[in-house]
Amino acid sequence: MKTAVVAAIIGVTAGLAAAAPASAATLDDVRARGYLQCGVHTGLFGFAEVDNNGEWAGFDVDYCRAIASAIFDDPTAVRFTPLSAAERFTALQSGAIDVLVRITTWTMTRDASLGLTFAGVNYYDGQGFLVPADAGFETAADLDGGTICVQTGTTTELNLADYFNSRGLTFTAIAVADRAEAISAFEAGRCDAFTADASNVYSARMTLATPANYEVLPEVISKEPLGPMVRIGDPQWLNIVRWTHYALLNAEELGVTQANVAEMLASPNPEIQRLLGQNGAAFGEMIGLTNDWAARIITQIGNYGEIFDRNLGAGSPLGIERGLNALWNAGGIQYGMPIR
Amino acid sequence: MALGDHAFVRRAPVAPRPPPRGVVGPLAWLRNNLFSSPANTATTILIALFLAWTVPPLIRWLFIDAAWTGDDRSVCLDGGACWAFIGAKINLILYGQYPPDERWRIVLVAALFVAGLVPLAIPRVPGKRWNVVYLLVVFPVIAFMLLTGIGIGLDKVPTDRWGGLFVTLVAAVMGIVISLPLGILLALGRRSKLPVVRWLSTAFIEFWRGVPLVAVLFMASVMLPIFLPPGVTFDKLLRAMLCIAIFYSAYMAEVVRGGLQAVPKGQYEGSMALGLSWFQQMRLVVMPQALTVVIPGIVNTFIALFKDTSLIMVIGLFDLLGMLKSATNDSDWASPSVPATAYVFAGIIYWVFCFGLSRYSVFIERRLSRGKLHR
Amino acid sequence: MTFGGFFNDTRVRGLALQVLAFAGAVAFVAWIVVNTNTNLGRLGIGVDFGFLDDRAGFNIVQTPIPYDNNSTYFRAFLVGLVNTLMVSALGIVLATILGFLIGIGRLSTNWLLAKLCTVYVETIRNVPLLLQVVFWFEAVLVLLPRPQAGIVLPFGGNLNNRGLYLPAPVTEPGFLAVAIALVVAIALTIVLARWSRRRQAATGKTFPMWTVGAALVLGAPLLVFLVTGAPLAWQEPTLQRLNFTGGIVVIPELAALLVALTLYTAAFIAEVVRAGVLAVPRGQVEAAGALGLHRGLTMRKVVVPQALRVITPPLTNQYLNLIKNSSLAVAIGYPDLVGVFKNTVLNQTGRAIEVIGITMAVYLFISLVTAVAMNLFNARVALRER
Repeated sequence: MKTAVVAAIIGVTAGLAAAAPASAATLDDVRARGYLQCGVHTGLFGFAEVDNNGEWAGFDVDYCRAIASAIFDDPTAVRFTPLSAAERFTALQSGAIDVLVRITTWTMTRDASLGLTFAGVNYYDGQGFLVPADAGFETAADLDGGTICVQTGTTTELNLADYFNSRGLTFTAIAVADRAEAISAFEAGRCDAFTADASNVYSARMTLATPANYEVLPEVISKEPLGPMVRIGDPQWLNIVRWTHYALLNAEELGVTQANVAEMLASPNPEIQRLLGQNGAAFGEMIGLTNDWAARIITQIGNYGEIFDRNLGAGSPLGIERGLNALWNAGGIQYGMPIR
Repeated sequence: MALGDHAFVRRAPVAPRPPPRGVVGPLAWLRNNLFSSPANTATTILIALFLAWTVPPLIRWLFIDAAWTGDDRSVCLDGGACWAFIGAKINLILYGQYPPDERWRIVLVAALFVAGLVPLAIPRVPGKRWNVVYLLVVFPVIAFMLLTGIGIGLDKVPTDRWGGLFVTLVAAVMGIVISLPLGILLALGRRSKLPVVRWLSTAFIEFWRGVPLVAVLFMASVMLPIFLPPGVTFDKLLRAMLCIAIFYSAYMAEVVRGGLQAVPKGQYEGSMALGLSWFQQMRLVVMPQALTVVIPGIVNTFIALFKDTSLIMVIGLFDLLGMLKSATNDSDWASPSVPATAYVFAGIIYWVFCFGLSRYSVFIERRLSRGKLHR
Repeated sequence: MTFGGFFNDTRVRGLALQVLAFAGAVAFVAWIVVNTNTNLGRLGIGVDFGFLDDRAGFNIVQTPIPYDNNSTYFRAFLVGLVNTLMVSALGIVLATILGFLIGIGRLSTNWLLAKLCTVYVETIRNVPLLLQVVFWFEAVLVLLPRPQAGIVLPFGGNLNNRGLYLPAPVTEPGFLAVAIALVVAIALTIVLARWSRRRQAATGKTFPMWTVGAALVLGAPLLVFLVTGAPLAWQEPTLQRLNFTGGIVVIPELAALLVALTLYTAAFIAEVVRAGVLAVPRGQVEAAGALGLHRGLTMRKVVVPQALRVITPPLTNQYLNLIKNSSLAVAIGYPDLVGVFKNTVLNQTGRAIEVIGITMAVYLFISLVTAVAMNLFNARVALRER
């Protein structure tokens, strides 16, 4: 009897799961499901955080919404999966999420060995240090012999070892899985410095009880190109994520904003026509979307500059300079590949 | 020969003399319970000193120096607990990101649950059978439809908006409802006469009892789709909850096995002699006795399960603890006393639920042992 | 025989069900393997343990075995494993001692002590361990001063929020003799104890074994130590610009985890011990009293041996729980197996199946070994019926 029950349960489970549709195209899966599964940070002000209204907000979050806009014409058709650093790649590899937009540094190892690939660089960052203002640290080298709080499983953790060892300096790394816990350990005096990507460090400083007592060291010790990631083996899906990013950049370069996108539809500029799918431009269909894909993104989310300002730049409490993230024609290196 | 009036016959007993001083009264109590020997006196003094050292600062922090009202961190810089923070975030802590206009659904489900649980918990109330049917069959269906909005025309609320105490309770109730029957099946499997069934059950139980829950949760939260056919995914919260339920079903199985071992062999033989089938034996004779013996063990497993729901925070879900932690990241409330207040508040909530459960288990245990004495 | 009759035969049915269950289990496992292969195949990554030989590149705060960032991932795994074993072993010893004290304290005639122990058990047992781990970590950091203002301890030790720094013993050439003296003294004590027990059984004469044993084990090495001219130096921790260097350090993460694990598990052990002591029939204590045994002897010779029989199996469960619970180290950054291997190594390499597989196998193995050891102990204390 009991065996029969067990056997029946196993049989039914196997049958149910086997009957489910199997498909290799992420876009089809997402469409069938009705929403995008986007992996984001568990809580990093400016990039991905639940705001006071209980809504996800931030730079990475807006990228997720932009992709949802392009696919569904609905920026709310996203379910956010908050992931720790240690979970992110596994979650994408396994298919628990469709795209990972979680301040992830583009490195050769990650491209080559994870079965994943980067769709672009949406934020050029570098590793910075947060230190108490009264400790008298001027450069990172002053931290010789010190204790440094860092998040586990990040490029930051590896850069830190390289930087100190190559200069013959010593340090003790306190590697904590949870970013909030790493910061609170630093605030409690467990470490002489907290290190992470510079944007992350600025964001951390803001959440301290007395931000004025802490400062960010001027130097940046590494290159941290952060970007969205997808699984390899699905060129269409890679294109959707990659070209969403380029569409955002091109829109800023061409002056197409959330406010003026409706007027721009009638623009005689062929570049704008191609971006917005006007005058017979059929670029959306090439990547499995509709031709007004970019127009929808900009109407619902805005262009790259607007997303940046709203979440990280002048329009946010963080007030981060555009710097490297300014467009190529404005002193930065953000360069949208041409839509044509 | 009448006794007449001369004989002295006591009609009423003499009033008892008061016990000697030193046997009753507060002083005697003190002497007997606190100062009965030099060692005892020393212990008492040490403990009194320890309490004098720890309790007053605690009370000061919790109540006297605490900030009870306020709109931001400025009220919480005095070094006391920051209850104003809890007040400001209470909706987030209770309901997570559940849409504010839909929160009545959670309240309604909670009320329906309490309405089913209270009569079940009070032994005198009749109709236990229907009560169990309501709690295990009717209630879950209603709760599922109300909370998700699937099937009854309400707005759909995806589980990534669920959070706070609400998620903790859903995870705990779901874990309890699944782990008990599954645990009973596994326990029966482990005691089965069929070797294959026995081995499979034993391996299953020992596997789950041997690995840490954080590793298992990690597997359930991000790795599970690797083991399933491409494209098959199901809800992350559901995965975590099922994972806790299965994990604890192994512990439950061991508790139930203890109960099964306590049922005398004669009971099996007797029921077999009556010609009952295996299923009838279990249902009518063995299980009622086995489960009764181990009710305290079952409740203890429930308590452990309830506490371990806090681990879903580690995989980035916003249960009570996760929500509180995420709320402390708010820069409007950044002050040293806020995280401490959040932890203490979470501790109190967990304590109230777990202590309540454990008191109930003691109550049932006493009742059962009283029943035995009267038999 | 009809088909129905055939199927009603218990043996046939049992066999059929077993075959079915076995086939189901095999099919289930095969199904998972096939799915995993398909999914990983599409990503172009297979299951491969070769990564264990690659350079790790990250530092670990507590390395009981030699390790630096040029070591391999396998070495990092070993560091995590040793750290897990260390905190588990320390936790088991401390929690057992504290648990026994509190369990007996709850039965004390001192009202205040009994109530305090009850409050302790009921508070600690009903709050999640994760919360307690994080609480103690924050508490340790808040209570302790910065290294520059550290609490100076005797013999050059220092207590601050970077850890408890103690002088490290550095042995000099003659120290081997001291170690040999210790080994010899212990061996001698064991022989002596056997002899005294046999003599007591034969003649009833007692021998002050405890005093003599202690004198032997402590005195002999001390004597050799002094004779050889104290061949032991102490390396004291010294304050550099930012931190102490040298000496032995107990990091705050270890301290907080150990405190939390010990206090939490001790509350459960206390309940186990209390139940065990209460399970000894009162007549046993009364009979011991009637025989003229004093209280200490009654406890040691009558109550504890009987209580241990009840205590050992649930105590084993608590030990297993403690070992698994040590994985909560991940919340505060103690570099245990889960923190170093399942978090850092997994994230640097992306090899989820391999890393999780190894992690689970190791925990299963540790649990199994502990369970076997405790079962052996249980067999020793169990009632031997003639």
